[in-house]
Amino acid sequence: MRVVIAEDLALLRDGLTRLLSAHGFEVVEAVDNGPMLLTALVEQTPDVAVIDVRLPPTFTDEGLRTALEARRRRPGLPVLILSQYVEQLYARELLSDRSGGIGYLLKDRIGDVAEFVEAVRRVAAGGTAMDSEVISQLLTRRSRDEPLAELTIREREVLALMAQGLSNLAIATRFGVTDKAIGKHTNNIFAKLGLPPCDDHNRRVMAVLAYLQAGPVSPHPS
Amino acid sequence: MIAAAGVPLNAIAGVAVVLAWVPGIRRALISLQRAWAGAALGRAVPAGASGPRVLAWLAINTVAGPALLMAVAAVVNTVGVIFYLRPAINSPSVTFTLSLALVTLSALALIIAALMGLAEARLAELLLGDGGPLAQRVRELTASRAAAVDARAAELRRIERDLHDGAQARLISVRMNLGLARNAGDPEQARELIEEAWESAGQALTDLRDLVRGIHPPVLADRGLTGAIEAAVLLCPIPVVTDLALTGRPEPPVESALYFAAAEAVSNVTKHSHATRAWVRLRRTRDGLRLVVGDDGHGGADPAAGSGLRGIAERLSAFDGTLTVQSPPGGPTILTMEVPCAL
Repeated sequence: MRVVIAEDLALLRDGLTRLLSAHGFEVVEAVDNGPMLLTALVEQTPDVAVIDVRLPPTFTDEGLRTALEARRRRPGLPVLILSQYVEQLYARELLSDRSGGIGYLLKDRIGDVAEFVEAVRRVAAGGTAMDSEVISQLLTRRSRDEPLAELTIREREVLALMAQGLSNLAIATRFGVTDKAIGKHTNNIFAKLGLPPCDDHNRRVMAVLAYLQAGPVSPHPS
Repeated sequence: MIAAAGVPLNAIAGVAVVLAWVPGIRRALISLQRAWAGAALGRAVPAGASGPRVLAWLAINTVAGPALLMAVAAVVNTVGVIFYLRPAINSPSVTFTLSLALVTLSALALIIAALMGLAEARLAELLLGDGGPLAQRVRELTASRAAAVDARAAELRRIERDLHDGAQARLISVRMNLGLARNAGDPEQARELIEEAWESAGQALTDLRDLVRGIHPPVLADRGLTGAIEAAVLLCPIPVVTDLALTGRPEPPVESALYFAAAEAVSNVTKHSHATRAWVRLRRTRDGLRLVVGDDGHGGADPAAGSGLRGIAERLSAFDGTLTVQSPPGGPTILTMEVPCAL
């Protein structure tokens, strides 16, 4: 699997390269700034990109902006954003083109190597990997919007795990039930959120998006 | 006329002023002088004189008081001389000249007396008053600077304590566990120690992240004031309508003060007001920015009672900003924060 890495701190860039190489990824390019990242993403079209949110030259959310720009040019290009902190605002922007292949994780999670590698693979396959921190921030919001308020507690739990990127089977294992039972929950969730029937993958992304209260957001503020 | 009447009074006071080096008499005299100066100038002369200024006032009056008395005596003498001259040379022209001199002298004396009175009153205002609007401003700035310095010092102490008890302590434990693991003979034991070290390192990261967010939220650096406020209201459990119009970026300290003020105001809404909806509006004004946070809660917010509102006011006062709270019982609550700044 071909991967592009963008991280400005050499220590972490080398660490990530080593870690991903050791798990069967082919690191085609490891860059340390936004403009080079954009070139790499557009020219290499990797299977997945692992990107630090804060990159030179601006040292702001350059990584995120570049990733979004690359996805405008190459729709659905899988990107996993790493950050020292998570912002729902950014999660929303990442998911807003509704085409999946999005990860947004705290950098700490790299420490849990197996789970991290799994998340990279999931994103590469078009799935999502939202940090549990994003989800827990959301759980404090209680009954902010009506469609979500209609979900049962169990359905909310399922949705939260779905947002993290877990498959029905994985969620079923968590709860100790069959994946058919979870399938019923997910169908209820889709129905209550008013998501039209289409392929399951896309609906999962849209459900997560609803969960993140995306609404009609612009792809990115200018 | 009050001013003119002040001259003989001051002449007497000038003599009495010698007595005024006695503290008790001095205080009485000062308040009398302020009251008189206030009446003469037509504006209040608030108390607020400091030691050196009172001393200057005393010194000037010790000299000027008797001098004024002598001036009055001189005028009286001159009038006496004129009256003395009159019967000596008796002709209509002399009578006319002397009368004219008398009238001119009286008029001059009155004008000078009035001017002297006003000068005396101005002197009293300058030396015994609080120094006027400029001095008032200096005092405000001194107070707000002290508050800002205090807040900064407290903030630094908090950061030091958080680092000391948080990340630093956890990194020590990481090193300890790794050191033990290095020398452990039993692989299973080594694995457990590494596991513990791994946990502690994760905790250290969480601590650092929370700390950084409190110092300067990364999203503020990334997206500026409007983006950071948008991000903050996303965490609010009730719907918040935002209407943020801002071109350009204010100075970073102003931006940070406004952000924390907005975040605090929004979190107050969820904590205290039982509101079902809220709104945040940011606008440019003629000389700065105005941030308004409103909610439909039960009102009754009191800036004197809560540390939150006081904190906002203190944060803003460092930049000459103000907080206005409108929160009648029954609501709604509207907080208006204004900060002058260049954009």
